[in-house]
Amino acid sequence: MIRVQREDFDVGAELAGLAAGNPGIGAVVSFVGLVRDRAGGERLKAMTLEHYPGMTEKKLAEIERDAHRRWPLESSLVIHRYGRLEPGERIVLVATASSHREAAFAACQFLIDWLKTKAPFWKSEETREGERWVEARAEDDEAAGRWAEKT
Amino acid sequence: MKLRYFAWLRARIGASEEEVALPAGVGDVGALLDWLAAKGGRYEAALANRKVIRVAVNEEYVGLDHPLREGDEVALFPPVTGG
Repeated sequence: MIRVQREDFDVGAELAGLAAGNPGIGAVVSFVGLVRDRAGGERLKAMTLEHYPGMTEKKLAEIERDAHRRWPLESSLVIHRYGRLEPGERIVLVATASSHREAAFAACQFLIDWLKTKAPFWKSEETREGERWVEARAEDDEAAGRWAEKT
Repeated sequence: MKLRYFAWLRARIGASEEEVALPAGVGDVGALLDWLAAKGGRYEAALANRKVIRVAVNEEYVGLDHPLREGDEVALFPPVTGG
């Protein structure tokens, strides 16, 4: 399931919901991304996330389908927030559920790695110096590249 | 067709979207970027470095040789930084 929203989410309730009603699930793995309080060497006041409504949901659903094709998942959830967020706030939740842990761990990492390079979100950071757009990191491309399928 | 701009491209161009008629002779995404940059001013400045511009047509990532049709939604934005 995919949700793109301004509001915060309750991690415990979301994880409980992911496994509810399916006793075949033996493993739930989650990743929660938070706003850090540093931007480069400076103290971050806040971060604003912009996205492309419509395309965002479409890309996240594609990434999720891809994860289900690659691993035997029982269920999965991606929640990504947008708008202005302060240090310590939650940005994203990726959770996967499977009968065994291997698939759940791998799929969770795949989902966050691919989301970072494919989902149309952009971060702008607010520091004492002003606002600036975050640049894409080569490390994120490399992390996503690990999951490229060999043909 | 509808043009949409996101992140610093939106800020530099000074608009989040605009409606334009597909210009004569503009057959693909690369030609559209050339046509926009030729408008000069904010467009030329925003589109100066093509390496940091990503394009989606009708919500799918495309390359510069992707053909364009009247009615397409074309979005221009920098590399994504979510997660």
